[in-house]
Amino acid sequence: MHPRAIDWVIMGVYFTFVLGIGAALRRAMRTSTDFFLSGRSIPAWITGLAFISANLGAQEVIGMAASGAKYGMATSQFYWVGAIPAMVFLGVFMMPFYYGSRARSVPEYLKLRFDEKTRTLNALSFAVMTVFSSGISMYAMALLLRLLLGWDFGTSVALSALIVLIYILLGGLTSAIYNEVLQFFLIVFGFAPLVLLGLKDIGGWHGLVAGLETVAVSRGFGPHAWLGTWSVMGSPKSNPMGVGWLGMAMGLGFVLSFGYWCTDFLVVQRALAADSMDAARRTPLIAAVPKMLFPFLVILPGMIAIASTVHGGASGLTLPRKADGSLNYDMVIPLMLGHYFPSGMLGLGLTALMASFMTGMAGNVTAFNTVWTYDIYQAHIRPRATDRHYLNVGRIATVAGIGLSIVAAYVTNRFNNIMDLLQLLFAFVNAPLFATFLLGMFWKRTSGHGAFIGLLAGTAAAAVHHGLTLPAGALAGIRGGWIAVLHHYPSQMAQNFWTAIWAFVACFGTTVLVSLATRPRDERELAGLVYSLTERPRSASQAWFARPAVLGVGVLLGALILNLIFW
Amino acid sequence: MMGPDIRIPIGGMFTLLGALLAGYGLFGGAAASQRSLAVNIDLWWGAAMLAFGVLMLALAWWRRGKPPARED
Repeated sequence: MHPRAIDWVIMGVYFTFVLGIGAALRRAMRTSTDFFLSGRSIPAWITGLAFISANLGAQEVIGMAASGAKYGMATSQFYWVGAIPAMVFLGVFMMPFYYGSRARSVPEYLKLRFDEKTRTLNALSFAVMTVFSSGISMYAMALLLRLLLGWDFGTSVALSALIVLIYILLGGLTSAIYNEVLQFFLIVFGFAPLVLLGLKDIGGWHGLVAGLETVAVSRGFGPHAWLGTWSVMGSPKSNPMGVGWLGMAMGLGFVLSFGYWCTDFLVVQRALAADSMDAARRTPLIAAVPKMLFPFLVILPGMIAIASTVHGGASGLTLPRKADGSLNYDMVIPLMLGHYFPSGMLGLGLTALMASFMTGMAGNVTAFNTVWTYDIYQAHIRPRATDRHYLNVGRIATVAGIGLSIVAAYVTNRFNNIMDLLQLLFAFVNAPLFATFLLGMFWKRTSGHGAFIGLLAGTAAAAVHHGLTLPAGALAGIRGGWIAVLHHYPSQMAQNFWTAIWAFVACFGTTVLVSLATRPRDERELAGLVYSLTERPRSASQAWFARPAVLGVGVLLGALILNLIFW
Repeated sequence: MMGPDIRIPIGGMFTLLGALLAGYGLFGGAAASQRSLAVNIDLWWGAAMLAFGVLMLALAWWRRGKPPARED
């Protein structure tokens, strides 16, 4: 890939605007709330776009394109089943407690609702996770830039770290949010022509369908396997994911998706920055609209690439192979950028990719500095200091967070299996979370001891389930079966989904049992934190079509229609 | 507190990028469009981005001075 002057100019323009936004916001950062929560002053359409963009890191873009090639249309289940319903639930039912309780973070809500130990458990695991996610983002970006542009690993890491550091230090969360919105539009403008040119190349939608039928048949599936969603989930054997409809609906659609979208502070923080309760509730609902359409932007390229590789397209787009002869699916997006984009567009595409890597980092860093400052430092190290002090601690935490991310990036580069192990541990810790929030928000009897022990039990159940099962064809070890192999799953994805289901059930059951055996909190302390003890938020000032419940129903209908069209 | 209107940087950046890209497509990049299946994608996509940028700037200008609607 050989960028010319015009491509570098385009990248330069983007970086100038990124740093310019930070500089313009510098004067708005007066209190810790300005820095960590944008002073709760941002309109819903901006927090909504930031909400979706914070999650749209480059790993997501590259990973979804790879899955589109590997699994076809069924990958869109990660959006239509694995995101939209949970986002609607967050906006309509959960946001009143997050925003209404004035908690400044998700762990702080756990403190208000339960107790200090539950908050600290969540805050610590979240803080470690954000640092590593940010580091992985940095590592992936450095790897890609080395491959595409021949940049040195250290140079890429230093450059991305420096830019993210400057704009967060200057403008805090507002800076991160503004850049996420900028990135949202860049991704759309940078990748949409890829899909248009790819479709033209392969002979339009009909050409794509014919190509994907060839792919499916050549791999021993029914001709529809790369094109259907629910229709190919009848049994794990009838689709390349190796997942059946029950695992899909319960594992991804319920436990994993609600666990991520409804409890992850990285995304919830964007909604907390909104300027009113209604705006906070609308944030995930507005985000759901573009989210629904993203499969056409990020999954279609993968489907085009695999169809082109196996069936053949007019211009001969072919996926490269790894050393072991298997197709290198992660190369879908970089390959198509180089294949279709002339100078000029190439600069735009590379900029969109870099932007999404950097916002992925920045999102994690802004979530980290907030949780560190409010939930660890203020809670345990120095409880009663001035606001100015916490603002400074937040700035130091930003520098430290980025420093730790750099360390994480280098560790990942040296020891790839450490990263696999960590991601596995995070999966165990996160799997049961939604059960805790669900019970906490909707059952006033849930006690702090119940929540805490339930979380530990859920994590233990996830680990044990993983230790007793193995995906087909894998060796016992990091992939599972490290205790004994009692059951084989048809794929790793199926194993992940069922691990999450077991963790949820264990956490739910244990929390209920322990809560019944321990003393509940005084109901007067729980007003605003539990559904039955909280006044329903009214949005009478809103036009009927802008009310959260109406928007939520509309969004669900949209997702339902997409599920039916691509059944 | 609320910083400057975000539509200004978005509009400014896309106007600039669109103009650069469309200009390049018009005067410099014709040889490269072989790659993009004989479509002068720089010109057309640059024009689309330029239009988007100008629209954002127009919205910001039209909304200037008005405080953002707050609904508490």
